[in-house]
Amino acid sequence: MVATNDGAKAYVNGKNRKLYSTRNLWSGVLFGLGLAAFVDETVFHQLLHWHHFYDQSTSNIGLVSDGLFHAFSWFATIASLFLFADLRRRDAFWLKRWLGGLFFGTGAFQLYDGTIQHKLLRLHQIRYNVDILPYDVAWNIIALILLIIGGILLWKTRKLPERTGS
Amino acid sequence: MEHGLHSEVTAAEFGVALLMLTAIVIYMNASVVSGKRNRKWPLYRIFLWILGVLAIGAVCIGPLASRAHSDFTVHMFNHLLIGMLAPLLMVLSSPVALLLRSLSVASARKVAGILKSRLVYFMGHPITAAILNTGGLFVLYTTDLYFLMHDYFLLYVLVHFHLFAAGYLFTASIIYIDPVAHRVGFLYRAIVLVTALAGHGLLAKLIYADPPETVLKSQAEAGSMLMYYGGDAIDAVLIIVFCYQWFISARPRQTVPEGGFK
Repeated sequence: MVATNDGAKAYVNGKNRKLYSTRNLWSGVLFGLGLAAFVDETVFHQLLHWHHFYDQSTSNIGLVSDGLFHAFSWFATIASLFLFADLRRRDAFWLKRWLGGLFFGTGAFQLYDGTIQHKLLRLHQIRYNVDILPYDVAWNIIALILLIIGGILLWKTRKLPERTGS
Repeated sequence: MEHGLHSEVTAAEFGVALLMLTAIVIYMNASVVSGKRNRKWPLYRIFLWILGVLAIGAVCIGPLASRAHSDFTVHMFNHLLIGMLAPLLMVLSSPVALLLRSLSVASARKVAGILKSRLVYFMGHPITAAILNTGGLFVLYTTDLYFLMHDYFLLYVLVHFHLFAAGYLFTASIIYIDPVAHRVGFLYRAIVLVTALAGHGLLAKLIYADPPETVLKSQAEAGSMLMYYGGDAIDAVLIIVFCYQWFISARPRQTVPEGGFK
């Protein structure tokens, strides 16, 4: 546990990263989910007033899904940061993989929100009293871009790079 | 009638104030007794207990209590105080551990025996507690109960007692501050917590759309949003404490480095 020099530290971190690769991924994904939900809530609900708290046209299953999703993302935001602290404590934090998870989680939330919650369950729409199509297209394209960035990062960190000199 | 109801409430208010004072005095006395025998009881816990008692007091006596009858938004604020904040503060002040420490060994054993009983296990199980807590709220706001409790004083008292007791039971079943005889795993409790939180948010939206009878639309909307976001704020503290306990319990075992500790 006691590292004597930087080379040994990097070696320990490299080994631990491999051991806790999945935890890095999940911490990133959960934080990404929480972050996306938080941005959605503050920017679109509270600041822009584009979304409604409840627009009365929602199905019951839509309300249940929304409630569960909100509760889960609220829990995930906090839990993911404790997972992050746990990775730091174990000297196993892997920024690139964590960021991969972050982008993937954010994109997944955005896509789920834009397709299932908005369109299928009709929870609420992005805006009201405007032509919704450009908003829907932009919303889901952004989601796909985030997912692709996350996917590339996760692919690139699927195994550890060969270390030289340590 | 109006006058009669008023004096009845005043007598009740006096009773509540007396109960509150008693609760604080007993707790402080126990902390002194325990401090003499064991380590000093932490000051912050006494502080949390007093805050918790005061939060209950604010709901039962004074301007908040009288305005809650006519204003649904104030009622919802009181609901957050008595059903969520006061229980959280009081659970964090660890009254059961203090009780066990301040009693004589024989009495403490008896209390510990009760804590280990099947009834306490059943009542204190996260799922039972969540059903009593969130389920109780559904009954209150989706039936005529909310409407009725403003006509019958005893019902009003009972409902508020239930709000507090169920809130306390639920908080204590999720975060283990006091000694717990039958522990339930972290993941299990996390799932119950998320489900209960979802139920609370869902109910808030239902109230927004379909408030109890006699509640004004504007007040129902403001009240339900207060319930939703205020609930999130208090739940955030609950989640942080829960995750912190998980974080501590999952700490890596200290391994002996080559060549021993330096």
